[in-house]
Formats: sequence, structure tokens, C-alpha cells
Amino acid sequence: MALMTLLTRAFFLIPEREIRWPGWVLRGLQFAPIAAVSAVIVPEVIMTDGVLISSLRDARLYAALAGVIYFFVRRGNGQVVMGTMLVGMSVFLPLRLGLGW
Amino acid sequence: MFLRKSYYQHPSFRAGLNDMAAIVPGIAAWGLMTGVAMAKSGMPWSESVLMALIVFAGSAQLAAIPLFAADAPMWVILATSFCVNLRFLVFSAHLREYMMMLPRAERMLSGYLTADLTYVQFVQRFAQGPGADRERMLEQQAYLAAHGGLNWLSWVLSNLAGVFLASWIPQHWGLGFAGMLGLMGIGLSLLSGQQNLGHAMRLLAAVSAAVVAVLAVSLPLKLNIVVAIVAAVALCLIVEPALAARQRREA
Repeated sequence: MALMTLLTRAFFLIPEREIRWPGWVLRGLQFAPIAAVSAVIVPEVIMTDGVLISSLRDARLYAALAGVIYFFVRRGNGQVVMGTMLVGMSVFLPLRLGLGW
Repeated sequence: MFLRKSYYQHPSFRAGLNDMAAIVPGIAAWGLMTGVAMAKSGMPWSESVLMALIVFAGSAQLAAIPLFAADAPMWVILATSFCVNLRFLVFSAHLREYMMMLPRAERMLSGYLTADLTYVQFVQRFAQGPGADRERMLEQQAYLAAHGGLNWLSWVLSNLAGVFLASWIPQHWGLGFAGMLGLMGIGLSLLSGQQNLGHAMRLLAAVSAAVVAVLAVSLPLKLNIVVAIVAAVALCLIVEPALAARQRREA
């Protein structure tokens, strides 16, 4: 994974000569990160062991919802990623520890 | 690069440190939570420490956590971190013009150290492009070295602290979920960030990837992630020209 960091961050810095890439590769590059993040998160939030969760008594749902709401309220202001995490966890922990959801 | 006197004695080295120092608390808190989430994912302690020391890519680390927890094979984890990191390809293509006069090894080190915030603040500060003269180049590289270096230091230290702290936190608290929420914040930023793509296309990428990942969840080896990324990117590549053509007709 460290190699992946190095490879991607220095990708165009490695070769001495300019490389030309086909247009569709460069366009595709812009969609891949959001697709990857979404593909990892969504199943983690709405599924348990490969099955859609059937109960609404699940701390993850409310934590994610609170995170999304926080993000859009604060919209682009400073440390939104951190805030999304903290607000989400402040909903998650009481539900998980207090109610066992 | 930091060993070069001409860099750390340059006034713009200080400027880089100052700009980065303003964001250190956020990076450190995030690194801490990511470290806790990594250690709670069930990966061996030694691997968590190694990851904290060398990977230096928060979103890729967060994305890898559920994959490690599910015992996904290494190539799936690597493919996923590559995709999450693809934005850096775009950054590095842009930074190329600023750095081509440097030796390759230094270019690679600078590239490795240039994460999202360093890139953003660097290109904001030096928006007028690379300098033609040596002095200008020195100013830019000194700034980049200071900013990226301090970012690396705060990430690695806080990440390590998280890995060590994790052993005092009981498993059933489910703190690993904090990593998911952090990644969700990154995803939402990607969705609403200012790039040269419309919101609609990014939303389409996110929704289609999510749907495919859920539908294909029974695939072994966490292949649903890889399939979802490929499907979403392909769909966007097909839809985008059509959408652009329609917009042109309407305009």
C-alpha cells in the first residue's frame, strides 16, 4: 500500500519524458475515487455479513445519517471530514453502548 | 530534500510550516481515529504499526480496513487503494511542470509527501505556475518540503498513537466504525468538491458503485468492490458524452 501511495502520487513525476494518454483514461480517472469510496462504504453501513440489514435498530444507520446531515450543514467549512466522524460517533456510541443497537 | 540548507533556510519554508500548522490539529485527530480503526480491524499489531509508518494515505487506509477485516486477498486491497488514490495521478500530472528540473529521486520523494491538502495549498499559493528562474523554484520547493514534511510527521505520529491507544478500548464499542464515517466525509467532499465535473456525474458514479457493490456482495474475495468501481467508471464514461452533447444542444 505504501508502494501504491508512491506510485500514484509520483506517477507523472517518474518518467523523464512527457507521456500522452488517451482522453478516456483521463476522464475515467475523475470518476474512480468517488466510485471506490462509495463501493467500500455503502455495504459497510447497510449490510451485515452479506445480507441487507432488516432492522432499523442499527446504530450505524443513525450515525451515518447524522454525519451526512452535519456535512451538508457545515458544507465546505474547515475540517468537515473530522466533524463528520465526530458527530457520527457521538450518535453511534450512545446507541451502541446504551441501547445495544 | 529537507537536508538541503537552501530549502530550510528559505523564508518560504517557514510559510509552508505555518500554513500546515493551521491544519495539524485536524490531521492529528483524524490520524488518531484512523489508527484506532486500523488496530480494531483485526489486522496484526505489527502490520498496523507498519501501515501507520509508511502508507501515509488516510483515505486508502480507511478503505482498506473493512477489506482486511474480511480477509480480502492482497491484490483486491491494492486495487482498491490504487483507485482511492487515483486523484493523486491528476495532482502529479499538474505538479510535473513545477518539478521537472529536479532529479528523479527528489521528484518521487516530493510526490510521495504531497497529499491532498499540501497539493491544494501549494497550487493555490503558486497558481501562476512554475518559476522560470532558480530563486522562484527554490521558493516553491522549500514551501512544498515544509508543508508536506510536517503533514507526514503529524499523520504518522498521530496514526501510531491511535494504534497504541486502541488496545485500551474494548472491541464492542465498535470504534472501527469511526473510520467508515471519516471515509464517508471524504466521499461527501469528493461529491461536492469543486472539480471540472458536474455534480450529476459524480453522483451517478457514487450511486452506481454503491448499487453494484451491494448487489454483487456475494462475490468472493471482496471482488464486489472491484466490480463496482469498474462498472461505475464505465457507466460514467458512456453517459458523460451523451449528457455533454445534450447540454450543448440546450445551450
